[in-house]
Amino acid sequence: MALLEVERISCTYGDSSALHDFSFEVVQGEIAALLGPSGGGKTTALRAILGFEPILKGEIRIAGEVMSRPGFNVPPERRPVGMVFQDRALFPHLTVEQNIAIGIRREPKADQDRVVRNLLEIVGLEHCISRFPHELSGGQQERVALARALAPQPRLLLLDEPFASLDIDLRERLSFEVRNILKETGSTAVVVTHYQDEAFAMGDQVGIIEDGTILQWDTPFNIYHRPVSRQVASLVGRGVFIEGVLREAGTFDTEIGRIRDEHHDYPHPPGTRMDILLRPDDVLIDPEGKISATVIEKAFKGDDTLYTLRLPSGTRLLALASSHRDLEVGEEAQLGFDLEHLVAFSRSSGI
Amino acid sequence: MTLVTGFSGRFWYWGSRFLAAAILVPLIVIFGAWLVPATEVWGHLAATVLPTLVGNTLLLIFGVAIGTLILGVSLAWLVSTCEFPGRRWFDWALMLPFALPTYVMAFVFLGLLDFQGPVQGFLRQAFGLPASWSIEARHSVGVLAVMVLVLYPYVYLLARVAFLKQGRVALEAARTLGMTAWESFFRVALPMARPAIIGGVSLAVMEALADFGAVAVFNYDTFTTAIYKAWFGFFDLNAASQLASLLLTFVFVLLYLERYGRGRARFDDSGSAPNLRTYRLHGPRAVAASAYCGLILLLAFIIPMVQLLLWAWNWIGDLDFAYLSLLGHTLALGAMAAAATTAGGLILAYALRRDTSWLTRTSVRIGTLGYAIPGSVLAVAVMWSLGWIDRQVAEIWLWLTGTEATWFFVGSVFSLILAYFARFLALAFNPIDSALERVRPSVREAAQSLGFTGVALIWRIYIPILRPGLLTAALLVLVDVMKEMPATLLLRPFGWDTLAVRIYGLSSEGLWERAALPSVALVVAGLIPVFLLAVRGRR
Repeated sequence: MALLEVERISCTYGDSSALHDFSFEVVQGEIAALLGPSGGGKTTALRAILGFEPILKGEIRIAGEVMSRPGFNVPPERRPVGMVFQDRALFPHLTVEQNIAIGIRREPKADQDRVVRNLLEIVGLEHCISRFPHELSGGQQERVALARALAPQPRLLLLDEPFASLDIDLRERLSFEVRNILKETGSTAVVVTHYQDEAFAMGDQVGIIEDGTILQWDTPFNIYHRPVSRQVASLVGRGVFIEGVLREAGTFDTEIGRIRDEHHDYPHPPGTRMDILLRPDDVLIDPEGKISATVIEKAFKGDDTLYTLRLPSGTRLLALASSHRDLEVGEEAQLGFDLEHLVAFSRSSGI
Repeated sequence: MTLVTGFSGRFWYWGSRFLAAAILVPLIVIFGAWLVPATEVWGHLAATVLPTLVGNTLLLIFGVAIGTLILGVSLAWLVSTCEFPGRRWFDWALMLPFALPTYVMAFVFLGLLDFQGPVQGFLRQAFGLPASWSIEARHSVGVLAVMVLVLYPYVYLLARVAFLKQGRVALEAARTLGMTAWESFFRVALPMARPAIIGGVSLAVMEALADFGAVAVFNYDTFTTAIYKAWFGFFDLNAASQLASLLLTFVFVLLYLERYGRGRARFDDSGSAPNLRTYRLHGPRAVAASAYCGLILLLAFIIPMVQLLLWAWNWIGDLDFAYLSLLGHTLALGAMAAAATTAGGLILAYALRRDTSWLTRTSVRIGTLGYAIPGSVLAVAVMWSLGWIDRQVAEIWLWLTGTEATWFFVGSVFSLILAYFARFLALAFNPIDSALERVRPSVREAAQSLGFTGVALIWRIYIPILRPGLLTAALLVLVDVMKEMPATLLLRPFGWDTLAVRIYGLSSEGLWERAALPSVALVVAGLIPVFLLAVRGRR
């Protein structure tokens, strides 16, 4: 049975972000990530689960117990939910030790000490036990916030953009670290983020959220390679759509030639005009390739280079290439294609 | 270029040190009074009134501290984290009592509560008490009540800002860790606001210690009244200095508590999320919150204001040319002090940015210490220092011309302005400093690269950018000088009576109704900074 059940809730928060008919479930021990642009309703969902926002429709249950339903709201302080806030919200007047212990202040002092020491060991901050929050680096503060939220052993842990204020390197490292800590402690967690890398690195399941609805709920792999809609495809990863016509089972005629998708059948009748998603890693710079295109932009990233290319018809493509071969803007390039996982949407249906 | 920078650099460098010395030297001089053999007056004072003075002062310190703490924090908490009818309105209205000088509040309350006042008259009539029945209105409880009602806004303002700055997130974090509303108040919000609250309480207590008019009206003997009596009653400046140095000791202890009360923890790095009111009050609790705020506002502002206006209307005939000259003196002194302190504040604030050496920072700290020092203490200090200079001048004059010189500085407008300058430099410094804080160093570099240097840089670039800050500084000082009583009373040159001096004269003779008219003028002036604060709070 799912630990967290969010069932068809509607909720408004502030004037902009609202949820409509919003549902998902998280199983015990699993980490779910809510990914989407800011203002899309991710934070509203967290606040509803925390109990800070009453819901207008639907029901929220944790371990089978009703937490929210219209006209009924278990107050936040009585929910088995912990929270890591976006700006961490460590109490500046308390030391690291006191911050972590404050959630278990009613337990015997010896137990408190044991929990604090254990958590500090897990997050690797034993030496910071008597420091104040402002004496810690951003990454250390993040770990203390996590330890504080874990101390009361909540059934469910929520993390709101936990690494938003950190620089990229640290963000990447911490997202793996935190995932490991959550797995080690057997926590069930929901992470909200607008960084795709973070959602994919941390989440067992990822929910793509826009305008207060869930567009897709799936594993990171499927979200990337099997987006259910054009909207999801454009929110996740980079890529461009090219036009093609479906010929027979999984074969398309396009301006880059005939391409085949061996993994999928498409239910559409032959002759349907489709949009086919080409990710940058699907397009190869290949001197033997038959299609030629002009380089119109390049972004050198060190280990690889992202080229924007223009086909003679004017269609633009993105290509990710090793940085050994260097093409100049304006140069002609020959292209090959590596189309393992095709994603195509019919033009008329809109999805 | 180098030459100009070098010159202006040195100017700020020495300017800040000079200003610090101007504040520090008189204070040191005060303690010098103990080196002079004790006078008979001092012996008399020490034997008879000193224990009372210390007792009264301690009672004042603790009474005002506890009273303003409870009123200020509870009101600030209500308006910044709860939602109840009238909250938006109370949010700024509760600052209004700031506009009433303590001595005005004091005589209005005595006028209302003394034997002939309306309250006791009503009680006698309502309960059929004999005409001889009375309660003593001049009681220490009365002084404390008046002080707390006028001074709680210091705590209210600072605590309110602290609660707002903590933001919603800290309280929400507390709730997700299982705390109830009361628990989050005592464990999180209150400790996080501690420096602000301690700051507010010490400001309120310092004001109470510096007060002369209110305690004088209540016949409540404190150091300020004793200094006044030693000076004007016994003409013994030495005894006055010794009393002043004792008062100063109390002040320094308070300053120490304020600065070092915070320990290692830092409190200003909390969430910036907008503070939606966390607790929506309903039913009886909402009514109780509104009633509580309303009651305080009624006692601290509305009732005294109505009474003042009624009295002032009865004595509107007093308004003649003599009053215009009082008002003229008041404004002239205020304007001079405002100009001097604004210039001084600019020098200190700018020096702090040109040169970050330990000595400059210390100079600025000393320069802005004056707000803590009671006007009567400063008056004594200025009198001592200038008296000494005058004696040296007189000797040189005698040596040069062979004739006796008259007092040069003592009893001049300059001596009074010097006391105002020392007392209100911090008041001018703060708005200028925060205005300067918003001018990034790159602005100066950009201006220099466009050819603005030296005076042109200050005049064409800095002054226009800082204009709002400079105006605020000048206005705040003007208003506070208008309300200042003890230093003015002790140092004013002959014929330079101000509104505050007139209020003292009338109220010390019990002519409360006639003191109302000049008081209304001061309260109206006092509303200006409150208005500024309220506008800034809105933004």
